[in-house]
Amino acid sequence: MEENKLGRARWRVTLPQLQMGEDAESPKINHTFLRDYVTEADVISTVEFNQTGDLLATGDKGGRVVIFQRETESKGESEEAGETGDSGEYNVYSTFQSHEPDFDYLKSVEIEEKINKIRWLPQQNAAHFLLSTNDKTVKLWKVSERDKRPEGYNLKDEEGRLKDISTITSLQVPVLKPTDLMVEVRPRRVFANGHTYHVNSISVNSDGETYLSADDLRINMWHLGITDRSFNIVDIKPANMEDLTEVITAAEFHPHHCHLFVYSSSKGTLRLCDMRASALCDKHTKLFEEPEDPGNRSFFSEIISSVSDVKFSHSGRYLLTRDYLTAKVWDINMDKGPVETYQVHEYLRSKLCSLYENDCIFDKFECVWNSSDSVIMTGAYNSFFRMFDRETGRGVTLEAWRESSKPRAVLRTRRVYTGGKRRRGDVGVDSLDFTKKILHMAWHPSENIIAIAATNNLYIFQDRVNPDTQAQ
Amino acid sequence: MEVSAEAKRIMVVALGKLYSSRTQRGGLRLHRSLLLTLVMKSARDIYHAAQVTAQSAAPKCEPQHPAVNVITTKPAAAQGLQSPASHPAEESRTAGSSTELRCSPHTHTRAENKENVCPSGPAQHSRKRRGKAAAEPDFLPCKKAKLEQGNCHQQLIVSSVLSDYVKCSSELRTAPTPIPVQTAIAAC
Repeated sequence: MEENKLGRARWRVTLPQLQMGEDAESPKINHTFLRDYVTEADVISTVEFNQTGDLLATGDKGGRVVIFQRETESKGESEEAGETGDSGEYNVYSTFQSHEPDFDYLKSVEIEEKINKIRWLPQQNAAHFLLSTNDKTVKLWKVSERDKRPEGYNLKDEEGRLKDISTITSLQVPVLKPTDLMVEVRPRRVFANGHTYHVNSISVNSDGETYLSADDLRINMWHLGITDRSFNIVDIKPANMEDLTEVITAAEFHPHHCHLFVYSSSKGTLRLCDMRASALCDKHTKLFEEPEDPGNRSFFSEIISSVSDVKFSHSGRYLLTRDYLTAKVWDINMDKGPVETYQVHEYLRSKLCSLYENDCIFDKFECVWNSSDSVIMTGAYNSFFRMFDRETGRGVTLEAWRESSKPRAVLRTRRVYTGGKRRRGDVGVDSLDFTKKILHMAWHPSENIIAIAATNNLYIFQDRVNPDTQAQ
Repeated sequence: MEVSAEAKRIMVVALGKLYSSRTQRGGLRLHRSLLLTLVMKSARDIYHAAQVTAQSAAPKCEPQHPAVNVITTKPAAAQGLQSPASHPAEESRTAGSSTELRCSPHTHTRAENKENVCPSGPAQHSRKRRGKAAAEPDFLPCKKAKLEQGNCHQQLIVSSVLSDYVKCSSELRTAPTPIPVQTAIAAC
């Protein structure tokens, strides 16, 4: 009898839920009476681990970025696999305002400061670098630590005021003295004016030098060091905008091959492009498309087939896509259709009309792989999120909600009642809260730690039974 | 009729969402506007297919005939919707075009209602550069002349069959009754 690995996993909360509006650097406003109201600006809009998993960045609708750092008991010593102990808690490391609201005077339109995506660069020295983007502008930020400062200047005193020269009788060499850790975040590059339409994705290339940014109709490739120009590598804008039939919804570079990237469209197709083939990759190298099931045709077929997210597996062999009702795994060697399809919330198929009226049908869910590419995860409504074990094909439903998320609590699996025997704790389809949506999430690159954004709260869960994916 | 009522509601909701998205912060969302336009188009197509089916549903009809009816008259109906204004009087003589005439007053009424609901819609459109979302919904009368190609052939076939049948039936009966086009096809 095969054990369900997901069933054995015990996901625990590793830190109490954080309310984004309560960090020390926000203006001194009494938040207590606002506790039950979600400030629009505090809604988390993106979550991303860095390549080692030590840092976790979140971006919100107010244009702020909050970086969390994983606490290790003995910083600097190497950790043995599986030895997590009490470490593994993520604490706030730095907060900064990445983007401000802007205005496009030519089109008379506001540019939202909401952070659409954050991507970390691979670490090359003591500092960390990340890219953050709103609808129009990508910025490169340098995050560095300062824990020493020079003291003993000859011409300046401790406060930096110039000394009276007549009082100086001897020379001294300034020495570096340890101070409290200070995290500095500085903007290093601003990649502006590259996009006419709204940027939906950024992806760092494995070459370490370039990255792509994608909007609804175009994909640009930038060099990290050059801000005043970029290469346009995909352009699907029709000559006559009235002939527009599809837009780009997400794009990503291949994890190992610096010449390959994929982009998804609102029609549910994926296009793999090879930059060696031509300068402008309008012609795809491979087109991944699944023929539509005529039995499922409805008014909303176009909307629900639109791909909201695409991710390469860590191996680079598979692609994971999310559309409104399903998550699909594609083998890049096979373009006729997905190799696996997972029903995220099929019970919503009969509710599409109401979901269309309340705008939920336009929600864009993200999807992620675990580090060994054996499990995929994506979000749903009612604070639920789903994990699917690719080997068994089975899925579990978990909940990111503060009532069930006391620190160290074990998450129990949830179920939506769709017929048959009703169990205690089952939730009926009509009692689902569609305002509580899990759109953004991230999975630690090497361990079973997940970060789930639920509106303005961030939940971090760890699997204590199988902390490292290698152990499974 | 449930299908056509639902289709109509979906179109109205889509229009409302498209209209309100213009005042949204951050500017027009191209993806969302595109999806709404696609929904509206598919709802419109289904609405008119349902209209045509409903009108042709005579009690003694065999099941196949309404389906055939839908296929042959749908292109005419669709084309008619797009450009009733550009089909002048000479085309109205053919029986095939009577489908268009039948549909277009209906369309006009509905379109007029839409215009009443959003009175400033078309006026605002004309001041700004036409983008995807600023394009008028398809079922409003199109002000540009459009060359109808490919579907005229079908219209002529329909109309020749119809005029023969109408002649036949008028010989059989003493008082020729006006036969709605769709019913005539269904009875064939």
